[in-house]
Amino acid sequence: MSDDPCFELRLLIQADVDGELAPAEAARVGAHVETCPACAALQAQLVALAGRICREVPYHPASDALRDAVRARIAAASAAAQPEQSAQVVPLPRPARQFGGQRAAGKFRLPGWNFSALAPFGTGFALAACIALVLVLPRGNGLPDSVVADHIRALQPGHLMDVVSTDQHTVKPWFDGRLDYAPPVKDLKTQGFPLAGGRLDYLADRPIAALIYQRRQHLIDLYVWPDGGHLDHGPTEGARSGYNFVRWSHDGMTFWAVSDLDAKELADFVRLWQAA
Amino acid sequence: MTMAGTMDFEQLVLPHLDAAHNLARWLVADATLAEDVVQDAILRALNYFGTYKGGDARAWLLRIVRNNAYTALSARKRSGMTSLDTVAPGADGEEPPALQVPDPADDPEAALVHRQDLARLDLALAALPVELRECLVLHELEDLSYKDIAQVTGVPIGTVMSRLWRARRALSGAKPGCGKAEGAVA
Repeated sequence: MSDDPCFELRLLIQADVDGELAPAEAARVGAHVETCPACAALQAQLVALAGRICREVPYHPASDALRDAVRARIAAASAAAQPEQSAQVVPLPRPARQFGGQRAAGKFRLPGWNFSALAPFGTGFALAACIALVLVLPRGNGLPDSVVADHIRALQPGHLMDVVSTDQHTVKPWFDGRLDYAPPVKDLKTQGFPLAGGRLDYLADRPIAALIYQRRQHLIDLYVWPDGGHLDHGPTEGARSGYNFVRWSHDGMTFWAVSDLDAKELADFVRLWQAA
Repeated sequence: MTMAGTMDFEQLVLPHLDAAHNLARWLVADATLAEDVVQDAILRALNYFGTYKGGDARAWLLRIVRNNAYTALSARKRSGMTSLDTVAPGADGEEPPALQVPDPADDPEAALVHRQDLARLDLALAALPVELRECLVLHELEDLSYKDIAQVTGVPIGTVMSRLWRARRALSGAKPGCGKAEGAVA
């Protein structure tokens, strides 16, 4: 961590100047700056620098020649690729609809003054924020669609976790009294998939447990609920909208693992989880 | 790629060609190389277009441009070539001299503050370590949000924030008493 106690405050002032704070946070920063000459000076300095950059640093737009060359290369590439359906292009399903435009998911909001809380899950929020949040999933095979849709929904800021803990002995009891079953909770930290927390969710017409695991910048949702003796004949693995899923049953429970991890790493996770 | 697919691609990507070139130019600091980087990036984007899953097309394209620029920079470093701009000013008049990309392992800002003439802001920006420069260019010149910069550069938002801080600190001169920036919130 930083050896400078003011560092996080400075980053907040910077975030304010950069227009990255939600109005409530911006107001709190503003109130502090009014009473703190050092922070006021820093804020003024940042604003002045932004102005100087705007005036003094040249922007390099594409030349007409480059624009023409790019158009020509696109045309040549598309002509060369006729006829269509070269096997190289991976036919991932594209969303039928998306909210277009820049910053589609809205501006990233910093969670108030509790700035250090952001750090451990910064990657998760970054990932969540980077995903186009509105996807219309393909029809058919209802449950995979629901599970993947829930995973995507959960990635939205603030929806990811109800209980944030890397300790399985905290996460497991948390579900007591919230569910009519006790989901198995395991930590795979030593195997490279640390437990990040848990969430109560609603899937397959019932409240269920979702466990959240991390893998580098990726998140895995593991959904667990009792199968009630009902055998699911749907696919045991597959992909929806770029998200991979794996389903299995064990000891009367149904498990769904969903992530944007590639299929192999997700399979590794499942194998390690089953073996743990 | 069908004709319709090509038109989709053009509509998606060509509006961001200026941003692509500006980023490439600030990263590689060489007019000719920047155009090559952009052209290669466009072709690569065309190949990847099947895997484009929606979202901000500009950030998607800039990430490809940025990765291409890094590849070009390391190739140039390996071959020991220096920028042509050091001997021939570009057509658009006053070029900043191509300043080599310092090794990020050094502590470049500290040394920079002492030797760089900070009166010329464009020169100071061009002399920043590339990972700081890209954050500042993406934010100040392209008006990208922290979230989008994180996507383009492939680092967490906390790292974007500390890099922006370090970049600005270097450009506005040393601020006494500042702690180590990188890693504080990453």
